[in-house]
Amino acid sequence: MTRLLDVENLAKSYAGLAAVRHVSFGLDRGEILAMIGPNGAGKSTCFNMLNGQIRPDAGRIRIDGVDTTSLPPRAVWRKGVGRTFQITATFGSMTVRENVQVALMSHGGALGRWFGRADTRGRDEADRLLALVGMAADADRAAAELAYGDLKRLELAVALANRPKLLLMDEPTAGMAPRERVGLMRLTAEIARAEGIGVLFTEHDMDVVFEHADRMMVLSRGLLIAEGPPETVRRDPEVRAIYLGEGLVYDARHQEARADASTSGPQPEARA
Amino acid sequence: MQLVFVQFMTGLASAASLFLVASGLSIIFGVTRIVNFAHGAFYMLGAYVAYTLTDRFTGAFGFWFALLAAAAIVAIVGCLLEMTLLRRIYQAPELFQLLATFGVTLMVQDLVLLIWGPEDLVGPRAPGLAGAVEIFGKRIPSYDLFLIALGPLVLAGLWLLFHRTRWGVLVRAATLDRSMVAALGINQKWLFTGVFGLGVFLAALGGALQIPRDAVNHGMDLRIIVEAFVVVVIGGLGSTTGAFVAAILVSQLNAFGILVLPKISLVLVFLVMAVVLVVRPWGLFGTRPPPAQASIGMAVRPWRPLAPGEIAVAAAVVAAVALMPLWLGHYALTVASEILIFVLFAASLHLLMSVGGLASFGHAAYFGLGAYGAAFVVKAAGLPMLAAIAAGPLLAALGAAVVGWFAVSLSGVYFAMLTLAFSQIVWSIAFQWVDVTGGDNGILGLWPDAFAASPAAFFWLTLAVVTPALVWLHMVIFSPFGYALRAVRDSELRAEAIGIDRRRVQWIAFVIAGTAAGLGGALFAFLKGSIFPDVMAIPTSVDGLVMVLLGGVETVLGPIVGAVVFKALAMWLISQTDYSKLVLGAVVVALVVAFPKGIVGTLADWRDRLTARRGAGPSDAEASADATAAEPPAGTMAPAPSPATVAGRTRP
Ligand SMILES: Nc1ncnc2c1ncn2[C@@H]1O[C@H](COP(=O)(O)OP(=O)(O)O)[C@@H](O)[C@H]1O
Ligand SMILES: [Mg+2]
Repeated sequence: MTRLLDVENLAKSYAGLAAVRHVSFGLDRGEILAMIGPNGAGKSTCFNMLNGQIRPDAGRIRIDGVDTTSLPPRAVWRKGVGRTFQITATFGSMTVRENVQVALMSHGGALGRWFGRADTRGRDEADRLLALVGMAADADRAAAELAYGDLKRLELAVALANRPKLLLMDEPTAGMAPRERVGLMRLTAEIARAEGIGVLFTEHDMDVVFEHADRMMVLSRGLLIAEGPPETVRRDPEVRAIYLGEGLVYDARHQEARADASTSGPQPEARA
Repeated sequence: MQLVFVQFMTGLASAASLFLVASGLSIIFGVTRIVNFAHGAFYMLGAYVAYTLTDRFTGAFGFWFALLAAAAIVAIVGCLLEMTLLRRIYQAPELFQLLATFGVTLMVQDLVLLIWGPEDLVGPRAPGLAGAVEIFGKRIPSYDLFLIALGPLVLAGLWLLFHRTRWGVLVRAATLDRSMVAALGINQKWLFTGVFGLGVFLAALGGALQIPRDAVNHGMDLRIIVEAFVVVVIGGLGSTTGAFVAAILVSQLNAFGILVLPKISLVLVFLVMAVVLVVRPWGLFGTRPPPAQASIGMAVRPWRPLAPGEIAVAAAVVAAVALMPLWLGHYALTVASEILIFVLFAASLHLLMSVGGLASFGHAAYFGLGAYGAAFVVKAAGLPMLAAIAAGPLLAALGAAVVGWFAVSLSGVYFAMLTLAFSQIVWSIAFQWVDVTGGDNGILGLWPDAFAASPAAFFWLTLAVVTPALVWLHMVIFSPFGYALRAVRDSELRAEAIGIDRRRVQWIAFVIAGTAAGLGGALFAFLKGSIFPDVMAIPTSVDGLVMVLLGGVETVLGPIVGAVVFKALAMWLISQTDYSKLVLGAVVVALVVAFPKGIVGTLADWRDRLTARRGAGPSDAEASADATAAEPPAGTMAPAPSPATVAGRTRP
């Protein structure tokens, strides 16, 4: 049986700067794969190539055996790929529920209709997804007024709307309080295991990675330098070198992010 | 062969002024990200001031001094404008910037009329360059040769300025990355003012240099601004070299168009522009523009369709309007019909600019196409009025389908300029294709059928057509398609990532909006009994934008309120004063700066504040007071913090 995601020799440069250099990896159904690496390692670039946002310079991407390398994002989405963005992208003028409803309507092929009210379509399913990510109470709020952590949750609900086979989550927990991070990833892992969804995510918080990832891969300056179960990768000398070298900076940033997260906006009550 | 040479030289000479204006526009945009609609007004002012000064200062020295002094004076006026107006709107959505500078254009038109009177003014010849030089057996005016040499000289001068002076290097740095300049500790405010002054100087000089060639007149501003838009769109917004090359291209097309294809000479330039845009969307020398700073129409208060109670109120309003013929006279009823038609026009534009985030500066084209479509059906096919009102919008739909297909590949100011340019094509066709459209004389004798001949009957007919159309537009907004349209406006990235085809959705919206506008145009033709090209000129398009803005660009019902208030106000003004443009322009500027939410938006804010105060406990009231305090002070118009800025804060 073909793998859910099969990436071969993926490469991308920006004006001479090699952001991603011939990276190959795969992902199975129901598997949770963490991609880690310092800032600028090329993680987001990889994600953007996987969902068609950026066209790779070289390499091939297959999803469920189908070549999606040169497809635009909307076509990749139709193949069953949901994603969240490092910098969240939601429809600010709509309510939280409407954000999910739009994704549901798009999945059901209803967005071309000029007649009939949209706000009653897929309402129950939207509420179910929102409840799943712990946003049920915010369904009628405008997305523009959400705190950052809640936006990440909303993005997850939107990404689940097309019943994806593959979920791409670029820093899903960035900007969240530590407790929230673990909660969100635990939730994602549960959903993924229950529905057999493959998850690829990037994450700076190693606690989250070690707790939830089945496998991890390490990217550094666009190169894949290690791959395997978390226990093995953790002991890899090259990885240790990178993270030791980066260690201080990394920890400092980490602390800062936490501090910011705990002061930015009203904290939602603990969920999940 | 000789004729070709003469035309070629004339084209080159015309390119000089066009290049000056376009490069000024481009430089200002590069640094401030403002597309200065008032650039044409500064060009015109440069010419008028130069006319006055050359009258005062004669002789060789006096003449050239007068030209430079005129440009300098206008540049100072430009700096003052930048300091008092533009500084307040740098953060505002592009539409507001375009509108504010258009408001200034309107004001300048009347000011020029006040100061210099309505006649065309003929300036002196350039001393020493009044003659002609014989080249290849043809006499070429010396002044043209001077202009031909001037273009490359100015280009070289600008290059030196931007590459060899500290100030110029800073300007270039600011063009690439504005945050960098702030980081270098440069006073960004004065850099912007300086750049704006330079751009205005170039425009005014371009105008001043025209006085030995052409009479100074009132149409100069809009004519040059449309050409300058075309030039920067072809050359690439922000590129001086692009402006130079494109100015020559456009001028040559104009010069040879008249020679080779006189029937379509006006259209030729726009056709070339369309081709360039298909091949290189950001112009020959341009680069992809940064994403728009703030999209218009982004309401923080989510929209909802009318509740049953509100529908009852709306129905009551329609019923009350339907009773108006019982107490209004003939003239008032005609005015009321016209207002209704413009309500539909504004609502159609609202679908595009508020729901779709695409501010068209050429929406009048589809209004006009609907009107001409109806006229053709009556004149050529001899069909009755109702058939014409049904068929007219088809021509508008066709036009919108063609233009929209090009336009939706762009966004923001590019979209605005492109739609403006296309509306000028349509206008040129109506103006130039005399056999079919009657040209300037228009098409006359489009009287309603007997049953609708009385003003009351026509009013009822208008109401019976406009009301369902408005209901339909309202339904579209809240249909799944309307959500898709808002989705691509709010976040193209997210929309594409959930399977929405942005271009397709926006193209369909463009066609719907154009068709609805065309329906209004068809009614308009019968209301007036005639149709002229000017109905689709720029002012009509801008009227539509102002109506939507006045009503409240972030609201659903704004265009209806805005159109009624604006149209009534405009008609009243014209009856009261000869300087209605001055007042109107000031109103537009004031709206943008002090009242950006419009009538309905402001009312909704008040209502929200009231309910917050009346409802629930003190904590709620506090929260709403906080929200008010957190709002930017009136007049600064900082966009609401977007998720991206929040992200920027949490993850440096
Ligand atoms: N649009 C772009 N243009 C130029 N360089 C880019 C662009 N996007 C990313 N890069 C560069 O590519 C490298 C990888 O970036 P990215 O994929 O965002 O890394 P990560 O997500 O791992 O932090 C970085 O050096 C970054 O500066
Ligand atoms: Mg990243």
